[in-house]
Amino acid sequence: MSLWEYANPKKFMDTTGPLVPWIVGAAALLMAVGLIWGFFLTPDDFRQGSTVRIVFLHVPSAMMAINIWVMMLVTSLIWLIRRHHVSALAAKAAAPIGLAMTVIALITGGLWGQPMWGTWWVWDPRLTSFLILCLFYIGYIALWQAIEDPDTAADLTAVLCLVGSVFALMSRYAVWFWSQGLHQGASLSLQSGERMAAAYRWPLYTCMVAFGLLFVALVLIATRTEIRARRIKALQTRARLREGAA
Amino acid sequence: MPDLGAYWLEVMASYVISLAILATLVVLIWRRSDRVRRELSETEARARRAERSDG
Repeated sequence: MSLWEYANPKKFMDTTGPLVPWIVGAAALLMAVGLIWGFFLTPDDFRQGSTVRIVFLHVPSAMMAINIWVMMLVTSLIWLIRRHHVSALAAKAAAPIGLAMTVIALITGGLWGQPMWGTWWVWDPRLTSFLILCLFYIGYIALWQAIEDPDTAADLTAVLCLVGSVFALMSRYAVWFWSQGLHQGASLSLQSGERMAAAYRWPLYTCMVAFGLLFVALVLIATRTEIRARRIKALQTRARLREGAA
Repeated sequence: MPDLGAYWLEVMASYVISLAILATLVVLIWRRSDRVRRELSETEARARRAERSDG
């Protein structure tokens, strides 16, 4: 069996239909466990006080904001190279979720920055590249809405996605590229070992998995919706042709 | 409820705003999915009726 079989809309619908309720359930359960654990059951940090609880929203949403763009990059490349419609529709479906994650990361970052850095915003490399990523998400969604022909829209948004990937990568590695700015390096790193106490690390892992599952659930639902909307357009076109022929 | 001390407003605002954004996202995606599913059923039913009347 080949992965490309799932590029067939019917195969995609048949396979993902039974999975969606399970993924929705797992995401809801883990989100509740992670956020309740993080908010109610973790101690104040000796330096950051109660603001350390913002980490359980800020880190998973920022991680997903970048990962969703990378997913859109992969599906856009599949569209450009192999012309599979499901991949273009999956990229389109993912964009609003990515925008929501970026906005959450920016807002929680500002709310965390004010008491810790003494400012809501600073033109720091990571913050600035994240703001540009947010604008790319808005531009990507607007471009899909602005173009009537779906194949042309998929082509142009795929190119925009390739360009925006520079900023997605920059958001991820800005702290390494430029050793300046207020934003700290990665909170969790495989190379540098654990930098975070277990009391915070485990609820954070739970929230990260929950945000990931929430994205998978929502992108599957939204992609299925896009496939259905496409079928409606095809049926309406066929009906119009039939009326014209009659 | 944990004692959030001097930073209660920032912490509470983070949770309330984030959960509101996530809830809005879920509701919008769910409602559009529901609407399009219904619309497809109606369009398919119309197409079937048209095929029967043609054939």
